[in-house]
Amino acid sequence: MADIMQMFSYPFMVRALIAGTFISLCSALLGVSLVLKRYSMIGDGLSHVGFGALAVAMALGAAPLKFAIPVVIIAAFFLLRISENSTIKGDSAIAIISTSALAIGIISVSLSTGMNTDVYNYLFGSILAMSDSDVILSVILSAIVIILFVFFYTKIFTITFDENFARATGIRAGIYNMLIAVLTAVTIVLGMRMIGALLISALIIFPSLSSMRVCKSFKAVVLCSAVISVICLFAGVCASYIWAAPTGASVVIANLTAFIAFSVAGRIRM
Amino acid sequence: MSLIRCKDLKLEYEKNVVLKGIDFEVSSGDYLCVVGENGSGKSTLMKAILGLIQPAGGTIEFGDGLHRNEIGYLPQQTAVQKNFPATVREVVMSGCLNRRGLRPFYSSHDKEEAYKNMKLLDIDLHAGESYRGLSGGQQQRVLLARALCATSKLLLLDEPVTGLDPIVTREMYSVIADLNKKNGITVIMISHDIEAAAEYASHILHLHNYQLFFGSKEDYVRSNAGRQFLGQDITDEIPRGDFYG
Repeated sequence: MADIMQMFSYPFMVRALIAGTFISLCSALLGVSLVLKRYSMIGDGLSHVGFGALAVAMALGAAPLKFAIPVVIIAAFFLLRISENSTIKGDSAIAIISTSALAIGIISVSLSTGMNTDVYNYLFGSILAMSDSDVILSVILSAIVIILFVFFYTKIFTITFDENFARATGIRAGIYNMLIAVLTAVTIVLGMRMIGALLISALIIFPSLSSMRVCKSFKAVVLCSAVISVICLFAGVCASYIWAAPTGASVVIANLTAFIAFSVAGRIRM
Repeated sequence: MSLIRCKDLKLEYEKNVVLKGIDFEVSSGDYLCVVGENGSGKSTLMKAILGLIQPAGGTIEFGDGLHRNEIGYLPQQTAVQKNFPATVREVVMSGCLNRRGLRPFYSSHDKEEAYKNMKLLDIDLHAGESYRGLSGGQQQRVLLARALCATSKLLLLDEPVTGLDPIVTREMYSVIADLNKKNGITVIMISHDIEAAAEYASHILHLHNYQLFFGSKEDYVRSNAGRQFLGQDITDEIPRGDFYG
């Protein structure tokens, strides 16, 4: 307990927890829709694109987040387009884009700075990576994501459940799909700093999968995954502080534990 | 004035002509069955009526104060839905969305409407239950209740009995027939099941990439297309080759 009290005395820990809470709320909300629409891999693909963009930004000496967010939004746009109508199937298209982005990132890293701690942090995440301005940007953008999600909640439900019906009743499903993709892109870039490019998609997928094991209604799934996501974030960050483990990996392990617990609970209830 | 009137309609799918020369109208209170084999253009016609694709030629007119987003649509079930975590109430409520515009949440009027339709289809006792836990027939009732929330005039049903066992199929047909007769809702149904179409529908539209037949059921049963499709004997003076001619 004393350890945890001590943890909160470090400003960087407090910063990380504030930003992390907002980011994990966003990822949990969007994750429900992405998982149900079978778009989980888009999240994974976008995180690789995010890494590529951050590496290029670093090589160019540009501000990493401000460069990466628009690039990943554009990538999200393309991924969605490709998975909707194309001769290349969605999953292979995602693999092509994500590995290409990763390759571009690796080349620009080796041509400029080489494998330094910054690069390592982008890949695996670091609690120390969040600066004050990062935290402010994360909180503002996450707040926008959450507000938009709540405002369009009924539409997002309908489009997730039955896109054809939604289109037939005059809902412009294409625009809302795009909205979900853009919000996901923003969330992924924000979360990447802390959790790491290779692990961030877990933050999107795990909470909703866990809550789907036990919850019956869509609303309960959304609320439950938001709660799971925040609790797992705190558990992961505390564990990483106490045992000096990498933060991102600890948060993912916390989510995995929750998933196993919920799966067992779901089985018992059946 | 009819609810829907199609004039010399031509529809394309990925630049191929799927349907041409389609002329028919649907009046209030009709029960129109659209029949034809796979790939005969039934689904394409339905998408055009729903406004999901634009006609390549001809027109689709809406009359009697019907707006395009007031069509109660019952799509075929998708793989995503089978395991979808949502309650019956949540699914039915989503039918009210076409009236909401940009307003974010449902009103109490929407909730009453949803309850009324759940009661009408006998699923009000399941309102709080999970959609994925229901049987196939009950799931179809839920989707039908959702379609009713979106309309008080016209239902468009896409193969509503696919995957249902014979008893539940009968039930579903009689539910639809009741909605048509007792509640005065116009029905357009796409179906493979020509016998049921001949039993319940008031009008038949038979497609084979062009219009093979449109008219009342009684005329259809006597027509060449109808007799051929219904599996009845064709009299000698009508050669079989005439069927598609």
